[in-house]
Amino acid sequence: MTTETNSQDFETFSYDDKLTKMFVIATLIWGAVALFLGVWIAFELASYKLNLDLPWFTFGRLRPLHTNAAIFAFIGNAIFAGVYYSTQRLLKTRLASDLLGRIHFWGWQLIIVGAAITLPLGISSAKEYAELEWPLDILVAAIWVTFGINFFLTIQKRRERHIYVAIWFYIATIITVAVLYVVNNLAIPVSFMKSYSVFAGVQDALVQWWYGHNAVAFFLTTPFLGLMYYFIPKAINRPVYSYRLSIIHFWSLIFVYIWAGPHHLLYSTLPEWVQTLGVGFSIALWAPSWGGMINGLLTLRGAWDRVRREPILKFMATAVTFYGMSTFEGPLLSIKSVNSLAHFTDWIVGHVHSGTIGWNYMLTSGMIYFMVPKLWNTKLYSERLANIQFWSSTIGLLFYIVSMWAAGITQGLMWRAIDDTGKLVYKDFVETVDKIIPMYWLRAFGGTLVLIGFLILIYNVYKTIKNAPKDQVEEKFKALPLSAVPLDTHGGRHRKLEGLPLLFSVLAFLAILVGSVIELVPSLVSNQFIVMDARVKPYSALEVAGRDVYVREGCYTCHSQLVRPLIEDKLRYGRVSEAAEYVYDRPFQWGSRRIGPDLHRIGKKYGNIWHYRHMLNPREITPLSIMPNYPWLYKNKVKFEVLTKKLSVLAALGAPYSEEELKQAPAMAKAQAKLIIDELIADGVPEKMVNKEIIALIAYLQRLGVDMAEEKKDEVTSTK
Amino acid sequence: MESRLEILNILIPMALFLGSFFVFLFIWATKSGQYDDLDTPSKRMLLEDEVDLKE
Repeated sequence: MTTETNSQDFETFSYDDKLTKMFVIATLIWGAVALFLGVWIAFELASYKLNLDLPWFTFGRLRPLHTNAAIFAFIGNAIFAGVYYSTQRLLKTRLASDLLGRIHFWGWQLIIVGAAITLPLGISSAKEYAELEWPLDILVAAIWVTFGINFFLTIQKRRERHIYVAIWFYIATIITVAVLYVVNNLAIPVSFMKSYSVFAGVQDALVQWWYGHNAVAFFLTTPFLGLMYYFIPKAINRPVYSYRLSIIHFWSLIFVYIWAGPHHLLYSTLPEWVQTLGVGFSIALWAPSWGGMINGLLTLRGAWDRVRREPILKFMATAVTFYGMSTFEGPLLSIKSVNSLAHFTDWIVGHVHSGTIGWNYMLTSGMIYFMVPKLWNTKLYSERLANIQFWSSTIGLLFYIVSMWAAGITQGLMWRAIDDTGKLVYKDFVETVDKIIPMYWLRAFGGTLVLIGFLILIYNVYKTIKNAPKDQVEEKFKALPLSAVPLDTHGGRHRKLEGLPLLFSVLAFLAILVGSVIELVPSLVSNQFIVMDARVKPYSALEVAGRDVYVREGCYTCHSQLVRPLIEDKLRYGRVSEAAEYVYDRPFQWGSRRIGPDLHRIGKKYGNIWHYRHMLNPREITPLSIMPNYPWLYKNKVKFEVLTKKLSVLAALGAPYSEEELKQAPAMAKAQAKLIIDELIADGVPEKMVNKEIIALIAYLQRLGVDMAEEKKDEVTSTK
Repeated sequence: MESRLEILNILIPMALFLGSFFVFLFIWATKSGQYDDLDTPSKRMLLEDEVDLKE
């Protein structure tokens, strides 16, 4: 099968760099948006007034927009730019299809615009980093598959037999993100913009954090490791320190990463062994992560003087350093005793930003400074501005991380402070919030510096492109086709397999899928982990309406619904949460951060009027509260007519509603609202409020976590 | 619950099928020679847009 190599065998080709340019520009635009949103909501936490009393400006709605914009719009476009640039060059071929590339680009931007419209409107499935509703989810999946097809077809027509390690990282990214995204977003639609997760309670939590953690692993890490293995050697013009180590890095990382998700659910009602498994794999991650980090840094060995001089290398070296730092911190935080302090605090927020800003933002900046002059065939406008950006961003990031460490540890220690008599030292939750407000100002300041740095990058790139020669022609390259390159060691037997590069992707796919499925199946299928309790009943129609308001407003961005089996949680909130209590929760709403107190035991704790007045102006009840006002809940009417449909979907998913309850859902909801308003009238609330959303929300909040408590009380009284 | 079982019906056969497939593929990947040369790829990638490739 081998062919003699003649000079006429050489094929001439060019790269589709126009697509890369488009993604570079999209990265800059959406990066500015994502960072601006981050700064805005950081200031909202420092001063609640910035919520502006407008629904689409509240923290609960903008925080999901910030995270989605940062991950999928900013970092997503950066990944695509870097992947398209490096893949074509590493494989010595043009992209398989210019058209698929354009569909990918415009489709992705359309999704981002869709997210930017729907999330502030409160159209959200309330699962972190997966908040987009089902029509956009389908679009994401379709566009991602388009990307994948184009990518694999490009591998197929490569002129370089060896698949460089960066490509492997891209392959793992494409396959895993597709699987994760689809599984986590499985939902049954109620209407065009509302759906219920097919998973409930604990199972939903496990699927969500299996996804959530791997969004970090396979969207923010593996593609960037691929980019690191390409752009650092290219920028410094030296081979990676150890190519063998990079291969080991790849395989060990994808095998281990997929199992680490449960560390987000420590001290939850997830089975103990699943938690322990997650912790074990998380700690094991130290090895491959640091192996990769050291490999990246040592690539710069003997050239540190250039790192000092050249902004590109500065950004890249800093990025790898922060990769090392955050992958040290991650396993540390997954150790149960550390986690009991850090979970639900700002420490986690600081940790995730040392990853996203330290690793992703920095590497993206270095990559853009590297690519832009090459893509536009010109020189960078100003190295000085690049240096200013570097220092502004780095100092801003340090402000961010250090203030969040201080805030997180302070608050964590205050929550658990217990005096000699066994009582909480800081009984009022709001004391622990007020204490860290100065840290919120510092964090917002740090974030502003990062944003300013990014705006400098945009200006620098703008000037660079403006000064570029106007007549941009695609450079031509030549290389031998694969068929012309003889296989040295292997005979013709393997020849036919060369046409199947997809197999490599399948390999990564299987590794990930098998690991995930094995981990997920026991919890998904076994009722034995969730002791069903007859006392737990599905939500009433009005409570479902109220829960959907809770979901829409993004309450989970500040409130957890999980009382951990820790003494400080028990003292502050009450009875420890049990898995059985969540079986009708679609989606689960455990949350990941307590900017406000836990709400799982809020039901019946206060009277209806307390909630009524609190949602209108939290400061009337708690003067130091930083919660936004929710005046629109007192204007919007409950959509009673859709409740039959909503309950039918929930019933199809397993909630035991009777025929009567389904048919009479609107009437029954109105009857329950009447009961609530009758009580509120005594406190001076006008009767016309009966059909407003606040009443539904009160119904839901009063129901939270009471099912198993109530009947027990009854049992006690009956035995007396 | 219904939905859980339905998932099981898809997931378990998929896991078994893919699991065995995976073992086969892993052996194939190594045998096909992707990892025979771990020395030159890291150097060759530096050359990909050098002059000798250009027309």
